[in-house]
Amino acid sequence: MEDTNSKNSLLVDDIQRTQYPYVTGTSVIGIKYKDGILIAADMGGWRSAGQMVWWCVLMKLGGCDVVGCGLVEGDVVGGGNGCGVVALVGSYGSTLRYKSVERLKAIGKHSLLGASGEISDFQELLRYLDDLTLQDNMWDDGNSLGPKEVHSYLTRVMYNRRNKFNPLWNSLVLGGVKNGEKYLGTVNMIGVHYQDNHVATGFGNHLAVPILRDEWKEDLSFEDGVRLLEKCMRVLLYRDRSAVNKLQIAKITEGDVSISPPYSLKTFWDFEAFKNPTASAEGSW
Amino acid sequence: MDKVDLDSPHSMGTTIIGVTYNGGVVLGADSRTSTGVYVANRASDKITKLTDNVYICRSGSAADSQVLSDYVRYFLHQHTIQLDQPATVKVAANLARLLSYNNKDMLQTGLIVGGWSKHEGGKIFGIPLGGTIIEQPFAIGGSGSSYLYGFFDQAWKDGMTKEEAEALVVKAVSLAIARDGASGGVVRTVTIDKDGPERKFYPGDKLQLWHEEMEPQNSLLDIWGGATAASPEPMRE
Repeated sequence: MEDTNSKNSLLVDDIQRTQYPYVTGTSVIGIKYKDGILIAADMGGWRSAGQMVWWCVLMKLGGCDVVGCGLVEGDVVGGGNGCGVVALVGSYGSTLRYKSVERLKAIGKHSLLGASGEISDFQELLRYLDDLTLQDNMWDDGNSLGPKEVHSYLTRVMYNRRNKFNPLWNSLVLGGVKNGEKYLGTVNMIGVHYQDNHVATGFGNHLAVPILRDEWKEDLSFEDGVRLLEKCMRVLLYRDRSAVNKLQIAKITEGDVSISPPYSLKTFWDFEAFKNPTASAEGSW
Repeated sequence: MDKVDLDSPHSMGTTIIGVTYNGGVVLGADSRTSTGVYVANRASDKITKLTDNVYICRSGSAADSQVLSDYVRYFLHQHTIQLDQPATVKVAANLARLLSYNNKDMLQTGLIVGGWSKHEGGKIFGIPLGGTIIEQPFAIGGSGSSYLYGFFDQAWKDGMTKEEAEALVVKAVSLAIARDGASGGVVRTVTIDKDGPERKFYPGDKLQLWHEEMEPQNSLLDIWGGATAASPEPMRE
């Protein structure tokens, strides 16, 4: 007997499952240092005004802002890289809606999670992790989930959601120390995951990682680590439109997971070259 | 002749505000519900009761926000019976968030949940599109709120009195109405403290006038007077 009602294609479906982010946070940066892990993130929550083109190819993430391309919401687009559904069309501006969003949270005794992307999905992930740590405690066996296990769990969650075309729209940084071993990993909305001595999400990948590749070294002191992170955060502040000058840095060591109170960084604008940049070419910028 | 769509879904363009003060919260909203360009209801009540001590401001789709608050009221009622004491604002807000988040594909409503409870005092929670929940000392929402970010950055301060908070909310909604086409009508406020909720009503014509707004008159005839009365020069090139 044939089920004539079932729809074969995942994309032609009653329920629209691919979503788009509404309230987002920007980069998270993490590094290993002598005693553990340091992770930094700012506290901005942005909402896009109007709409954005999210031509989301879930096999290979791509985005385009092509104005006037004739695409409308709901169009199914296909190509050599896979296919996806056009979520929204057009793009103009954004509002800094929330200036005190906490994007760094401690998980259990050994780990810390930082998230960029859709805040509501991050809050949901925290609830999943609450359940996970609760179950872990209830075993009452003296063992507790370490950062490696939490990262693995998150990776499975993210990848499986991506396979169902219903992703959690986040890029995550998970860091921690257990039994003297430092761990720093990342996973994003399509399930790509890896560990390294330094990781970053979003714009951080393009601006912070090159700095870290150059200046990170084994066994950084706490002070040097903080200064390195602040250097990266300052660059992001200058160059990432969604960055906000209110940040927190979290420190994870063997015995302790703590998040700093919010603070702001100094920025530097007093350069001769900035004072009259178009003097020799009026109208330029 | 441009076709006007009179069958657009009811949407509350809206300005909604929630503000905490020393001892409670003040919730405020405009009263315009539009169907496309037509104002379907010029005196709607967007501040809806969830329990005696918790209210919710609704924005976005009228239908979505109504049905969502109906569900929240239903669950909260049962929760109150089980608990045998008034629900906390946090629980009410989280119920709203659950529905909002789990149905994010279908719903289009931004909410502000505010109230007073013995355990927490006055609390405001913002629940924007997507289902994020965020506790704030004050929250603004709806299309009219775009015009209020700068205003609140400047005018908000911590530890206001009830009168100051109410005045701030009325002023803010009124400013938003002046600039946002989708907001209008009257300003409604609900102030909730340990003694319960108190509704206030500010009709549109009693609000302060802003830039380029003029004192309303009964008729031109009142300004010009009769044929013989002293009257200002008629306008001419």
